[in-house]
Amino acid sequence: MLIRPKAGILDPQGVAVQRALPALGFDGVGNVHIGRLVELDVEDAAQLEPMCQKLLANPLVEDYEVQLLDGSA
Amino acid sequence: MKFGVLRFPGSCDELDALAAARRVGDAELIWHGERDLRGADAIVVPGGFSYGDYLRAGAIARFSTAMESVIAFANDGGLVLGICNGFQVLCEAQLLPGALLPNANLRFTFRQVELEVLGSGGSFTAACALGELLSIPAKHAWGRYYADPDTLAAMDRAGQLVLRYTEGENFNGSLHDIAGVSNERGNVFGLMPHPEHAVDVAIGGSADGLKIFESMRMAVEGARA
Repeated sequence: MLIRPKAGILDPQGVAVQRALPALGFDGVGNVHIGRLVELDVEDAAQLEPMCQKLLANPLVEDYEVQLLDGSA
Repeated sequence: MKFGVLRFPGSCDELDALAAARRVGDAELIWHGERDLRGADAIVVPGGFSYGDYLRAGAIARFSTAMESVIAFANDGGLVLGICNGFQVLCEAQLLPGALLPNANLRFTFRQVELEVLGSGGSFTAACALGELLSIPAKHAWGRYYADPDTLAAMDRAGQLVLRYTEGENFNGSLHDIAGVSNERGNVFGLMPHPEHAVDVAIGGSADGLKIFESMRMAVEGARA
């Protein structure tokens, strides 16, 4: 599950990193956003969506997306 | 009048909350694994770092056994005060609208703040005058209040914006300088600053925080009379 701040909500971590990159010579960087990655094994992938809704993300302020990896149904 | 003060693994302000509550009534600690709220007339969800703030501040505490009872208590009209981490827990439990995000300055900040009472007469500010200024310490890293614009407008109309940081005091970047909000019914209130740390002028120079606890006592005893 990839969880990131919703567009339009100030993401101070992203802003701080965006400001730091040019100082290291990485120019042309914009729209830096920092979120979370949650990896887990689950038997029933249908549980992933309600897990995000109830606990892993706060849908008021975060978007999330679910990716099924190797070995998943 | 009896306060119940919750204690989670990682709480750190529950003893100050207990001592503050005892200045206006009886008070008892309630461990997070307990279901019984011990006949409390009002609940305080204290500050700290419940469950290490893992995932998001308040996200895991919200599912504790004691919080299940607190949610039912609030839905029955019981008074619930959330301070700092407690405010975060009440937002995560959806007892209060909105969410608390990392401070805009990305720092854990500890300072005295000046607050303006926007809504007086409610259960948590009855002892304050409208427009009164309170001096109370704040100390947090996740205190930036956010709600979407439609929600904020509705809260404003309903008088749910109870406390705001005065000019120059909003170090965390809260929208509209919001420091404390209530639910629509007015029986659940959360704020980031710590009224329980401002109950004696000999310690910190202000006893303004006591007014929040005193207001709750007035609300409970008024309801009983």
